[in-house]
Amino acid sequence: MTNGAVPKASAVRVTVPRLGLSSRGGDRLLAGAATALVIVFCLLPMLRLLMEAVLPSADGSLPLESLNSRSVFRAGTNTLVSSFASTVISTLLGGGFALLIGLTDIRRKSLLTLLCLLPLLIPSQITALAWIKMLDVGTPARAVIDVVFGTESNHPLYGGGGVSFVMGLEHAPLIFLAIAAACRALPCDLVEAARAAGASHRRVLFTIILPLLKPALLAGGALAFVSAIGNFGVPALLGIPGRFSVLTTLIYQRLNGFGPSVLGETAALGLILALLAAIGLIWQRWVIRRAPALRTGGPTGPILPLGTARPFIELAAWLLLLLLTVVPLAALVGAALIPALGVPLTFETVTLENFIYVLTQYQPTQRAFLNSTLLSAGAAIVTAALGLVLAYYGELRRWAWMRALDAVADAPYAVPGIVLAIAEILVFLKPLPLLGVSLYGTAWILLVAYVARFLTLALRPLAAAMKQMDPTMEEAARLAGASGPRRLFSIILPGLRASIMSGALLVFLTAFNELTVSALLWSRGHETLGVMVFSLQSEGAAGAAAAVASITVVVTLAVAGIATLFARRLPKGTLPWMP
Amino acid sequence: MDAVSLKSVSKHYGDKPAVAEVDLDVMVGEFVALLGPSGCGKTTLLRLLAGFETPDAGTISIGVREVARAGALAVPPEQRGVGMVFQSHALWPHMTVGENVEYALKIRKIPGPERRKMVERALDTVGLGERRDSQPDQLSGGQRQRVALARCLAMEPSVVLMDEPLASLDVHLRESLQAEFHRLHRQLGATIVYVTHDQSEAMALADRVAVLDHGRLQQVAPPRGLYAEPATAMVADFVGRGMVVPLDTAVPGRAGSVEAQLWGETIHLRSMRSGASMRACLRPEGLSLGETGIAAKVDRAVFEGAATILHCRVDRAPDVLLRVLHRAAPPAEGSPVKIAIGDGWLLPTAA
Repeated sequence: MTNGAVPKASAVRVTVPRLGLSSRGGDRLLAGAATALVIVFCLLPMLRLLMEAVLPSADGSLPLESLNSRSVFRAGTNTLVSSFASTVISTLLGGGFALLIGLTDIRRKSLLTLLCLLPLLIPSQITALAWIKMLDVGTPARAVIDVVFGTESNHPLYGGGGVSFVMGLEHAPLIFLAIAAACRALPCDLVEAARAAGASHRRVLFTIILPLLKPALLAGGALAFVSAIGNFGVPALLGIPGRFSVLTTLIYQRLNGFGPSVLGETAALGLILALLAAIGLIWQRWVIRRAPALRTGGPTGPILPLGTARPFIELAAWLLLLLLTVVPLAALVGAALIPALGVPLTFETVTLENFIYVLTQYQPTQRAFLNSTLLSAGAAIVTAALGLVLAYYGELRRWAWMRALDAVADAPYAVPGIVLAIAEILVFLKPLPLLGVSLYGTAWILLVAYVARFLTLALRPLAAAMKQMDPTMEEAARLAGASGPRRLFSIILPGLRASIMSGALLVFLTAFNELTVSALLWSRGHETLGVMVFSLQSEGAAGAAAAVASITVVVTLAVAGIATLFARRLPKGTLPWMP
Repeated sequence: MDAVSLKSVSKHYGDKPAVAEVDLDVMVGEFVALLGPSGCGKTTLLRLLAGFETPDAGTISIGVREVARAGALAVPPEQRGVGMVFQSHALWPHMTVGENVEYALKIRKIPGPERRKMVERALDTVGLGERRDSQPDQLSGGQRQRVALARCLAMEPSVVLMDEPLASLDVHLRESLQAEFHRLHRQLGATIVYVTHDQSEAMALADRVAVLDHGRLQQVAPPRGLYAEPATAMVADFVGRGMVVPLDTAVPGRAGSVEAQLWGETIHLRSMRSGASMRACLRPEGLSLGETGIAAKVDRAVFEGAATILHCRVDRAPDVLLRVLHRAAPPAEGSPVKIAIGDGWLLPTAA
């Protein structure tokens, strides 16, 4: 065949691919391994949590009975009230800016969008810390507040109001993304038809555009509410010192105070949290499904002109956005550059002492940098590999049980992080069978929990890419005789590099900043950065906390920038901050 | 009286002219189709009329009112009183069929009982009186476009603008809705400006067809005139795929006729009184096989049911294929034939 001669029919040597077990074996091995990991890391802990919360404990009492106490009732009420209040704030800010950017002729839209989405990259505990620093004693902002509201010894953000406000800022991007996407998908002709019918811009907004955006608003609101219910970073930094307890901080304080003996009780609390989250998420899906279908095809993204008010609206938008996103971060860095709390930042006082301390002198923070980096990298690699296998057999090969696992992988991310942490403790507290060692108290339980929690972040872009892939490529390789795993690695994988990298970097980023899961699972010697920020701040090492947080922010933004480069050619929305 | 009047209207996008120096008058009750290939500016012209775009030059009047004068006046769409039917029907998905039709009437503050009557009447006109309380997504594609039409008619606009309203429908629906548009136009006497890229649709519906190319108006004429007497080579080609051939000489003869030389043969062409170029437009039905005529060879015979179209390669110009309408059994491919020219049109301009 090599010299171009046409072989006679009888001379054609037909190589029959080896059939039977050996050709299927590779598929089964790979899919089986992925299945085992997903079941042990994701499904088992969730089931175990459910059992622990519902079944009677060793002494015969039902864990759910322990919920009938005043502190639980108060924390539950606080959770609902602060989550609702923060959702209102998120809606006003996120929705308002999404409408302004999505529907009007305001200028510099992409920069404004980036600022609106910045809170997505900054974890809750750092946002909370930044706001604490901005309004700390000795800052210009605090001076203003003292003049307006009178001098208070307590920090103005400690308590329910501060928790709601900062959670509202933190989750505003969720509503922003939902509304902005809906604005982009809005067909222009619906607006033009209304104008041809004689409707003014204002009337078009209220009778056509806003009713059409309502489902997106409700869906985004549900997401913000669910995130607020599960939020730990903000109530940990602002609620605990303000004696404002919510369910997540209550669980943390109980487990921290009494240890694994109260696991059953906290599992019951966790179940309540998970149920609240489930209700929110089911409602969100229901709203989306009920939304009227919009035709696609024609031009979308109608524009309402701001007219002569544009310069003033632009100025107000920029000032507000900078005040809410950039100024607190600047205050955070500023707080890391002063020698002690209350010292004003000047050329004489500025110092790198805090940075030097956390990077070279204080061992726990040094360990935390190393641990978080290694754990996040590990989680990124494992989730990428696992996600690749799940997406391949689920989306391209359409194996039913792999598609079911896809839904299972969602669960640990959908429930509040603190719930997942309890579930992982329940499974991995006891020594592992055969090996006889317990993962609890080691770094491994953190890795397991990170993989479980962030698997879906790596899986989503891969599943989307697989779904778009031309199935004939895979079929051609199959006819050429390549086995399943071989097709995956030689045909499918090369086309997915960008999806894998951006998914993995997203996992790294999220894990690097993680606090909620780590707060319950860390142990001495296995600190993480999120935990360090929280514990340094609560121990009163304000400058060190600010320094660690500042470094984390810089690393996060750098990694996000790299991820953005990888995602340039990927479908929009692969990375949450690239809508 | 003119329902719509455009005076040397131009519109540029960046450097590219989308509409260039267009003059067009539409009479009250007239159905005018704007026809042209995609990107010819017909939709831009319609959007200029509706008020979604403003002209860079020229003026636009609707009825007796001037609605746009470049740089000086731009009445917004909501104050023009024109109705529009979109290609995508553009029904508001969060309103019922009835609410969609009612919307414009509410804005005009027409009192409730009268408003309901008008909605009913408009829906009855398009045969959807029963579907008042349906949601748009419960309707078929054809029904949705009917509702969009009812929505437009209910506000009794001075002009109805239609932007390829049938383009997204399948062939059968298209034909039945064409018949419906025709009936409604006759019945209601509405003035309609109708954008389409489908020449047969334009020919079937319109009183006059305005052909656009590269933003310029090529010709405005009734369908028959457009077909028989195209003003430019573009119109000749675009409408009915006429064959444009170069002439050797063209000598004006008696009124309306020209004697010309084509590849050595003397032929007779119809022509305008004034204006002549050196090109002619031929149609397959104007050509026949004969004893004498232009020597050619049959390249291909395409059976089309009622007749066969012979594609013949001209001996003197091998890159030219003449299409001849032929009713008898076709000659074998490759056989030599003579083509007689019974009818042709001398293009009036060199464009």
